[in-house]
Amino acid sequence: MGIFKLIIRRLLLGVATLFVVSIAVFLLTNVLGDPVKRMLGRGALPDVVTARRAELNLDEPIVNRYFTWLKGLLTGEPGVSYTNGTPVWELLSDRVKNSLFLMALSSAISIPLSLFIGGYTALRRDGWADRVMSNQLLVLAAMPEFVVGAFLTVIFATNIWHIVPAVSRIRPGESPWSDLDGMILPVATLVLAVTPHVGRTMRAAMIEVLESDYVEMARLKGLPERSVLWRHAFPNALGPTLQVIALNIAYLAGGVVIVESLFNFRGLGIALRDAIPEANAPVVQFIAMFIATIYVISNLMADLFTIIVTPRLRTRLQ
Amino acid sequence: MSEQTVALTIKDLRLDVAQTGHDIVDEITLNIERGKVLGLVGESGSGKTTVGLAVLGHARKGVAISAGSITIEGSNVLALDRKRLRQARGRLVSYVPQDPGTALNPALRIGGQVLEVLETHGFGADAAERQARVTEVFEEVKLPSAASFLRRYPHQLSGGQQQRVGLAMAFAARPAVIVLDEPTTGLDVTTQAHVLETIRNLAQQHGVAALYVTHDLAVVATLADEVAVMYAGRIVELAATADVFAKPAHPYTRYLVAAAPEMGSDRQLVGLGGRAPSPGQRPKGCAFAVRCELATDECRAEFPAVTNVNPNGSHEVRCFHAFGVPERTVPRATASITSSGTDDAALALRNVTASYTGVAVVHDVSFDIARGECVALVGESGSGKSTLSRSIGGLHREWQGEISLDGESLARSSRDRPVQQRLAIQYVFQNPYSSLHPRRPIAESIGRPLAIAGVDKREIRREVDRMLERVSLSASYGSHFPDQLSGGERQRVAIARALVSKPKVLICDEVTSALDVLVQAATIELLVDLQNELGLAMLFVTHNLPLVRSIAQRVAVMSDGAIVELGTAEDTLSNPQQDYTQRLLIDTPRIPDFESGQPA
Amino acid sequence: MTYPVTVPVDDTIDETLDSAVATSQPGLMRSAWGLWRTRIGVALVVLLVGIAIVGPWVAPYGASEFVGTANMRDVPGTWLGTDYFGQDVWSRFLHGGRSILFLATVSTLIGFLFGSAIGLIAAYNRGRIDDVLMRFMDVILAFPQLLLALVALTTVGPKPWLIISIVGFTTIPRIARITRGAAVPVVERDFVAAAEALGESRFRIITRELLPNVIGPLLVEANLRLTYAIGIIAGLGFLGFATERNAADWGLMVQENRVALSVQPWGTVLPAIAIALLTVGTGLISDGLSRTVAGIDRGRPDS
Repeated sequence: MGIFKLIIRRLLLGVATLFVVSIAVFLLTNVLGDPVKRMLGRGALPDVVTARRAELNLDEPIVNRYFTWLKGLLTGEPGVSYTNGTPVWELLSDRVKNSLFLMALSSAISIPLSLFIGGYTALRRDGWADRVMSNQLLVLAAMPEFVVGAFLTVIFATNIWHIVPAVSRIRPGESPWSDLDGMILPVATLVLAVTPHVGRTMRAAMIEVLESDYVEMARLKGLPERSVLWRHAFPNALGPTLQVIALNIAYLAGGVVIVESLFNFRGLGIALRDAIPEANAPVVQFIAMFIATIYVISNLMADLFTIIVTPRLRTRLQ
Repeated sequence: MSEQTVALTIKDLRLDVAQTGHDIVDEITLNIERGKVLGLVGESGSGKTTVGLAVLGHARKGVAISAGSITIEGSNVLALDRKRLRQARGRLVSYVPQDPGTALNPALRIGGQVLEVLETHGFGADAAERQARVTEVFEEVKLPSAASFLRRYPHQLSGGQQQRVGLAMAFAARPAVIVLDEPTTGLDVTTQAHVLETIRNLAQQHGVAALYVTHDLAVVATLADEVAVMYAGRIVELAATADVFAKPAHPYTRYLVAAAPEMGSDRQLVGLGGRAPSPGQRPKGCAFAVRCELATDECRAEFPAVTNVNPNGSHEVRCFHAFGVPERTVPRATASITSSGTDDAALALRNVTASYTGVAVVHDVSFDIARGECVALVGESGSGKSTLSRSIGGLHREWQGEISLDGESLARSSRDRPVQQRLAIQYVFQNPYSSLHPRRPIAESIGRPLAIAGVDKREIRREVDRMLERVSLSASYGSHFPDQLSGGERQRVAIARALVSKPKVLICDEVTSALDVLVQAATIELLVDLQNELGLAMLFVTHNLPLVRSIAQRVAVMSDGAIVELGTAEDTLSNPQQDYTQRLLIDTPRIPDFESGQPA
Repeated sequence: MTYPVTVPVDDTIDETLDSAVATSQPGLMRSAWGLWRTRIGVALVVLLVGIAIVGPWVAPYGASEFVGTANMRDVPGTWLGTDYFGQDVWSRFLHGGRSILFLATVSTLIGFLFGSAIGLIAAYNRGRIDDVLMRFMDVILAFPQLLLALVALTTVGPKPWLIISIVGFTTIPRIARITRGAAVPVVERDFVAAAEALGESRFRIITRELLPNVIGPLLVEANLRLTYAIGIIAGLGFLGFATERNAADWGLMVQENRVALSVQPWGTVLPAIAIALLTVGTGLISDGLSRTVAGIDRGRPDS
């Protein structure tokens, strides 16, 4: 029973975090600048401005506006764009799908890959394969993703080879499936950004576990190596790695802004980049909350999985 | 001993440091019969664990098995291929680890961890039979065998229960040989006594040969049929237990016996300086020669061969001067620890109650310590003895009642006490590896109390040098860092730091529990001398009952946060009044008086 | 653990030991320097810092000086041709490192100072102070770093002090967590209790007992944070939010010139290589330090 209490506590903590973030986001986007002045230009007549403000509910007190916005967010009506009056969801639903697809595909490739690389290099510790791969991971981990992306473009899309498109060409209303070629570089960049961190964590965790007394004991009990690795070592190395995986998924949510921008990928990142200078608060707010929610959810999932693979945590509250 | 009854034969075993080829252990030869226990005794670094693991064909990273044979039931473990070796481990020969807390997999249920041994080795005809064996072996090691218990995880067990699971894993597949690596370290005496009894019974019942690796002579004396003493990677003496303790032939064994504390006497413990040479630094001759009072040129030139010194049986020793008695090991009547205490109490506790986050762990404790007197505070872990001593030192703040120093009441926290009081009560901690600032030269650590008192730098330097000499470390040690010192040396530094400000009260919290027996004896010698010389009031906190009479005049026995018995050390330990004390004494392993012909 | 070959066997005194024992333990920096990766890292960082500092003085043209037709590779008087705006690529490259380095270093320093102080205070005091401080750190962590920077920078404008504040501020909780994690086990060691028994002040215990014993992991983390600060500031430059329009900035250069990548690669490749070498350099130093501190690899430093 303790386990449900624990889950509910984590859940509430996540909701509380989102609440704090929503306040911060709302305040920040409201100091972005006056959208009406930008829309109508400097020479606009005062009563036109007033009318427009009323239309956008900007004349109400900020607290009221916050709660109206929060209610809209929770009921699936996150407002309308300041620039063209389109509902935000209608404007962004395609992009949400595109970005989620990009993130999901990148995670689906990089998580198993990094677990494999981390586990493999730990097993072959100090062998040549470990040295080569560890150094690769180290170099990749250090470089910002737009630099990695730029190199990939130079190597595979423009100057050296010309085998994949340098930019993505998903048209409005189309799904990312329509342009899988164009997905290659953005996904590769994100995979290269995430894999080193998770891989290095997995390697360190696995090395620690392989040196533990209980793995030595498992060998002294005469267990086959397969059982030593999969039954005794791997589950114990997964716990610490899960936390880093969560951090990296959260990081992906932020990192897409840069990668999408680099490859003109039609996702939330570009929408955010374009909405900020326009002071298009509803769009910025929605995207910010979306990223924060992914952050909170991925951390929640990591906590849950960690509890599942760690009996000590699972049973403590019973 | 006939060929049929021998279960384990180790012959000329040698293990090296893989990189350098320096020997870690060499010329290890011994036999163990079915149902018998052989105690492999040595100090830390003597190579005893290395030998124990080699019996399972295992060497730790950086170590290589380079010569010899280990024969169990006709097959040489060291000559087996990978697959065969795997099949032998757990089935033919099994291992009980030192620390079950880390050797049990935290992610797996204990029943499953025992069951997998049986599954791996195809024990029994089917799954039901294996499951039945798991239940049976849990009963054999005196654990509950209900399904709900088997489904527990290691962290849901006590330390003693964890060790019993370790035993269950080892005995599960009915092996011929079991290696036990200090399996009772860290257990309370009561738990230890029960675990030892279980081991003895199982070994006898099932005819298992047990190699029991330990540093604890008293455990070996109560448990083992034979004893092998290791020094610097060699077995220097090997004989029946009674022979080793009644007629130790090797001088090193004599030193060990002289250093072992005895419950029944206040004999002064004898320590020994120097240290065993590490691999690569071992001399051509006898490795013990540099520390041995009997050593001659012959010893330094050549390592003596194994000789049998018992015409009626087997008593092997590697010494040119077997049965020679080194000067220092000649028993001295009593220790010079007669109390010079006067009647006025230096430290007085009145109705002290301490708690941890609201939960009381020390209840209503009152006693005095006179100037020049040492009171031993004994109890098992969790008895509250550490909390009490930390409260006196001002390290634990959650306490009520009164603690006074020379009649002056002390504030709860050391920070609220005036400098003079802080310096007057000094503390020596259990673990010398954690009590010294690792990045500070030791002279600076020792001098800090004086610096706080406002003594000028030149004076501090002089005092620090004097203290270093006094604890038998030369003044040149002042510039060293703690990681360049051995555990015993560090503990001397900690003592020097505690005494440099000339305190009135010294609290020693399990100060020898991390040290080997010879070092422990030397540390106790030093403390007794210093206490007499400085007229200190000393509180000696320990779980090691036999140690008490060698240092303290009075003893306070603590259980569940209360003092259950308080009296002179002699009366309390020879004629305990309370049930708890009596039980504690019964459970404490001791070296029996083999000479009067009364084995354990 | 392997056989304790190097661990001295417990024992009492021995005069002959004096000569065998080294007089001082080698420092963290010196041990880390023994690793090749550290040396390569330091060489790279020195090279790039050198370019960033000396660059503007030796650049043949000004940062925004027009020298010829846009996106040409062969322009007389230039090494590598012109960029999207007809400016000299080589000169802009030489001008473009200073701001990144300055901003990244200062913001990391701020994060390091506040983060380590908060981490140490939380670790030493435990209880409520610890809870409140670390919960607060968690909330900052929950806020996407890049998003915060983007919103603030568009509102106020690309001001250096703002970049420093935001990157510094968001670095604080990360360093605080590492510091606390490293300091908690130190707090539990007896030498801290020994200092408390002597009545040493909290400040002295934190600065003299705790700090020296967490400085290893702390340096590793600070270096890692510097690597990420360079990345994020270059990234902001790339998105066009870190600098004034058309300023010489390695991040911005990648953005400006990537459209013409196939005709004039240098405008993109040169700054990208510079950022890559700089971050790889600091990354290698981090790794060298952490191997020495026996963090990630737990192995002995190998050269």
